[in-house]
Order: sequence, then C-alpha cells, then structure tokens
Amino acid sequence: MSDLLYVYAVARAPVQGVPASIEGVGGAPVRPVAGDGLIAVVSDVRAEDFEEAPLRKHLEDLDWLSGTARAHESVVRAVSDVMGVVPLRLATVCRGESGVRRMLDDGYDRFTANLDRLEGHVEWGVKLYATVQEEPEKEPAVEAPSSGRDYLRRRLRSRQSRERNWAQADALARRLHTELAGHAEAQRLHRPQSGELARADGVNVLNAAFLVRRAGSEAFVGLVERLTPQEPGIRVEVTGPWAPYSFADLSDPREGRVGA
Amino acid sequence: MTTATGRLPGPYDSGGGTDLADILERVLDKGIVIAGDIRINLLDIELLTIKLRLIVASVDKAKEMGIDWWEHDPALASGARKRELEQRNTELERRVAELEALSSPARRDQEDRERS
Repeated sequence: MSDLLYVYAVARAPVQGVPASIEGVGGAPVRPVAGDGLIAVVSDVRAEDFEEAPLRKHLEDLDWLSGTARAHESVVRAVSDVMGVVPLRLATVCRGESGVRRMLDDGYDRFTANLDRLEGHVEWGVKLYATVQEEPEKEPAVEAPSSGRDYLRRRLRSRQSRERNWAQADALARRLHTELAGHAEAQRLHRPQSGELARADGVNVLNAAFLVRRAGSEAFVGLVERLTPQEPGIRVEVTGPWAPYSFADLSDPREGRVGA
Repeated sequence: MTTATGRLPGPYDSGGGTDLADILERVLDKGIVIAGDIRINLLDIELLTIKLRLIVASVDKAKEMGIDWWEHDPALASGARKRELEQRNTELERRVAELEALSSPARRDQEDRERS
C-alpha cells in the first residue's frame, strides 16, 4: 500500500538507458518501469507527502510546489535528452509498479499518438517584453492646467502616445510570432506572464512556444536572434530546449486540431 | 540570450536559472493529464491551474494595454473557438446563398439563352 511511484514521463520501449545519476522528487533515484511496448520513468515518493490528503495540502505551498516542479522538469529534461518522451502533468502518482502498468495500458493510444508526433522534437520558448516610456509632459510640470479642458487635453495626449507605443509593441510581437511560426512544426501561445512570479523588466507582450525538430534547433535560435526587433525598449528572451510539454495531447479529438 | 552551439543549451544555462514561472507554466498547465492512482490529478488540476495563472500569468496587465490577441487563438480560448466557428458558419451561409442565386431558374434560363 505504501509504495507510491511518481511518474514523470512515458517513452517507447525498449529503454535506451535512463541516466542512473538523475535524482527525482525528494532526491530518490529515477528508474524505468516497463509496460507493454511503453516505459514509464518513475521514482519512489513518500506516502506522507504524496497520499491524497498531504499532496493536496502541499500543492497550496508555493515552496513545495516549486521544488517539486523543478525536480519534475529536470528529470523530464534529462530523459528527453536521450529518448523521445511524452511529459506528464506534475504529480501523477501510481500505487506500485502494477499501478504504473495499468496507467500505461489505459493510456496506450494517447501515449503512442503523442510519441509519434513529438519524437525528435523539442520546444523553444520565445517571449517578447516591451518597456514603454511615458512621454514627458511638454509643458513644465509646475504649470498647472489653465482650465479643466486643458487638463483633459493633456491627459488625452499622454494616453494617445502610450497607446501608440503599445500598438507598436503589439505589432512587433505579432510579426515575430508569425515569422517564427513559419519556421516551426507547430506553435502554441501561452498567456503573457505578469503575475507575482514574473520578475522580468517590461511588460510581457508575447509568450509563445514553438515545436522544432531537435536537429533544427540551432537554426531556429539563430532565426530568433536575427528577427529580434532592434527597437528601444524591446527585449526578446529565448528558453529551451524544453521537452515538448506545450505540444503534448494537442490531438484531442474534441478539438480536432494538431498544433498550429 | 541563449545561444545554440555544440551541445544544445539547457534552460539552466541562460543566466542564473530558469524562471520558476516558465517551469510551472509547463509542468502544471501542460503535459498529459492522466489518471494515476492518487486522484488529485484530475480533481484538483483545474483549480490548481487557475491559481497558477494568478501567480504566473494574470492577463490584466497586457489586457490594459489592449493586447489580447492570444484570446482569439483557438488553441487558447474556447470562446475564441466558438467565435471562429460562428464566423465560418456565417461565411458558409453566405456562399450557399451565392450558389443558390447562381443556380436559380431565372439565372439558368438566362444562361441557356446565352449558350444557344
């Protein structure tokens, strides 16, 4: 009852060698569990952390969540360096190896469909940040508006110039996204980051993921560099290569849509 | 910026650690959701991603600036998908009407006369 296994990713059998040195959640060693034609990459986790009730409590704790997320991501990344994988959502937990095999069997069609589509591909993240400078008031600030109408006119003028700048940033983001999408197998837009964890300067205007052939990665990153707009206040950030998280399960039949 | 030379760069190579936001966005909001034996996977994942959005990606800031075009991407928003279907529907209805007009008896008579 107590042997809980945390599942990171699913790959095709036979195992091409899960690097023995990888540590999973809680520092436990990572190992493969073979099912019928598929393998799951797992590690043992403690029941007092991953049984339903404690897990639910942990998920409310950002420190715990971030530690687990980083461990999850680093295992997926290490494994995806050596074989094609489908990454699973954080905190997929099974009871014992028999539970893992049951999961592999139940999900066989989805796993193989995703592996067919994603093998040999990586994901690159591209974000565009814009900093818009507030236009300094033309009139000296000390000079009070001469009338209510004057005040409103000033307000309107400063708002219009801000809007123009944001419209420019928006246009640059769209252009970059369109061009890159033309050189990727698929693209996916994430919501721009602006919550408390988004620490970067400027406003995140574009947050996109691109599915690229692993062999084409260098060319793709080079392309991003070439296409980065040389405008003041515009910054482009590339992350990757990620395992193709953002492209797993896009072939959901209800959506009828694969990638872009 | 990340560069790709020799072995592909890892996310941790680019300047002092990958943003937690980027990782959470992927491991919590993407990747296959499949029922393990601990039922939290499916039951609470929706709540969790909503909370995640608050800390990683509250859209208000960009929206204030009038930048919301991702909302019209069918992959992102079911509302946008509905709009897209409605647009396609309207377009199809228009084309059906055109085709009907083309093949109406009066038109056909006229075409017959032109042909003879």
